[in-house]
Amino acid sequence: MRIRSVSSAVVLGMTLASLVVGACGTKKPPVARPLPPPPPITTPPPPPPPPAGPIRETPVVPAPAVVEDPMATRSIDDLNRDSPMRAAFFDYDSVELSAEARAVLGANAATLKKYASWAITIEGHCDERGTAEYNLSLGERRSVAAQSYLVSLGIPAGRLRTVSYGKEFPFDPGHDEAAWAKNRRVHFVITAK
Amino acid sequence: MRDPASCLVAGVALWSVVALVASPGSGGPHPPQAPQQTEVILSISGEPGARPRYAVPDFILRTNDAETAAVAKLMGAVLWDDLAFEREFYMVPRDTYRTIPAAKSYGEIAFDRWRELGADGLVMGSVERTAPGTFRVEVRLFDVRSRRSVMAKEYTGTAANPRLYAHTASDDIHLQQRALRGAARSKLTFSSDRDGERVFNSIQPRDVKEIYISDYDGANQRRVTVTRKLNIMPRWSPDARAIAYTSYRRDFPDIFVSLIYQGTLENPTGGRDQNWLPAWSPDGTRICFTSARDGNSELYVMNRDGSNVTRLTNHPAIDTTPTWSPSGTQIAFTSDRNGSPQIFIIDADGLNLRKITSESWCDRPTWSPAPFNEIAYASRTGPGYDVRILDLATGERRQLTYGEGSNESPAYAPNGRHLVFMSTRAGKKQIFAIGRDGQGVRQITTVGNNYTPDWSK
Repeated sequence: MRIRSVSSAVVLGMTLASLVVGACGTKKPPVARPLPPPPPITTPPPPPPPPAGPIRETPVVPAPAVVEDPMATRSIDDLNRDSPMRAAFFDYDSVELSAEARAVLGANAATLKKYASWAITIEGHCDERGTAEYNLSLGERRSVAAQSYLVSLGIPAGRLRTVSYGKEFPFDPGHDEAAWAKNRRVHFVITAK
Repeated sequence: MRDPASCLVAGVALWSVVALVASPGSGGPHPPQAPQQTEVILSISGEPGARPRYAVPDFILRTNDAETAAVAKLMGAVLWDDLAFEREFYMVPRDTYRTIPAAKSYGEIAFDRWRELGADGLVMGSVERTAPGTFRVEVRLFDVRSRRSVMAKEYTGTAANPRLYAHTASDDIHLQQRALRGAARSKLTFSSDRDGERVFNSIQPRDVKEIYISDYDGANQRRVTVTRKLNIMPRWSPDARAIAYTSYRRDFPDIFVSLIYQGTLENPTGGRDQNWLPAWSPDGTRICFTSARDGNSELYVMNRDGSNVTRLTNHPAIDTTPTWSPSGTQIAFTSDRNGSPQIFIIDADGLNLRKITSESWCDRPTWSPAPFNEIAYASRTGPGYDVRILDLATGERRQLTYGEGSNESPAYAPNGRHLVFMSTRAGKKQIFAIGRDGQGVRQITTVGNNYTPDWSK
């Protein structure tokens, strides 16, 4: 299809050029310059079929690089249980991303770039010290802060859904600073791959 | 959509409420013309400066069977509790009645003995089984001094919820004797994890919370939602037939309305936006709520069916937790636009914003019903919170709870005389009720953790 249209354009260009040359002979209108020859169309040779081993991959997965990656063969639940996407943590009543949180988000962005089909939900969570009502909004701001940073690193916003859980799902049920520090977080949940 | 558990919440209807003509003794001070007689309010007074003292003995059995006896026993106890709740009367403890012979009819009442016990008013009643599962309950209020019946009411209905007879009688007595709208027939709603159900999602096992309702005194606790998801922050519609709440049934927070008597479910917001904390306008036609649809928490108002969504606030800080003024012209809410979360008031048209608290951390404002003009809220007073009340006319602030656990999420009774709130004072998170004067605290829930209560209007 592409070849045909390019070649017809070339033919058309040459015809026009010859017409112009025949009519005037002196001037060369810039509009009628012949098109440069099309670049050679290099169709990549079809990937050779794997030599002898059993083919586990379904043909739906087109990226051959992922074939050897254990991530590709794991279920979403397995991935989330031992997630390559790490949680990022916040200070008390804060939505600021610390340097540490940015480093975590940067690594997560790299993972998302590597696995371009993954979609994730960013869960915003809070510690128990704030009120339940206000914390729904605080968790929302945390998830949006993480989402905005990932978008700034080139991840399409359409792959990043945000959900706030306020303080409803603490990661550590304790009642001290060590527990609270673990609970002020954004969690990354892989929802599609 | 149907919400099957809601079908269980069938109301117990009182088939008829018949007021009997007050039957004073033959030599009463009033002329015997019947039409005027019914208009006369006979108020029982106590000793000067003291509340009238009331006694409520066991009700008389008109039919002799176990079912009638059970209802009669329940009537006396529940009515005593209901009358004690408003603290308009001093309720003579029921275990002091045992020396007084039980009357088999109204003619046998030992008024002298009740007088000795210090009772000013005596609530006597009778229970008659008219058919299997159907009862006629009569309640009379006697002035012990004059031995006159100053109020008589008859209620007929089923045995499905016998407590409702007592609640209705209590409200009738408060109305007639004190011109007071009692809270005995009002209801509570709250969120609870008592079922111990957990969602084993791929991150961590997580507790689910379902919406529950109960009578005002904690009896008849029933589950409304069966989602096995997070369902939080329920709010009664003004007609007490629907509950709006925040549900994660689609794995993100959105507003759902359960019509508990129809067993149906509505999702007025719909869509894919996060919406939470619905608050009904006083006339029930609109819902104010928090939404992140425009990028951060702002307040919006929509019609009850989800139409005509208008944005109320516009600020990059958090605006959330709305509550309507009784007239529906103003909305109080929480905002951290000046730093920590504080309570603000804005007119319902989005104008005239003003800040009303300057404390460490304030949230969950709840506007009182009229005639009180005050806002209750949770205020950080230490590691936890206490319930405080700001009188909007005087600007005076008072505190209801004092550091016993954390006390959060206050909501007013329909008559404004009581509040319900969540407290950790008993260990787990439980619902408590307290008078607006800070007295008469009562524990409502005991099972599991229970949060974010609301009181029907």
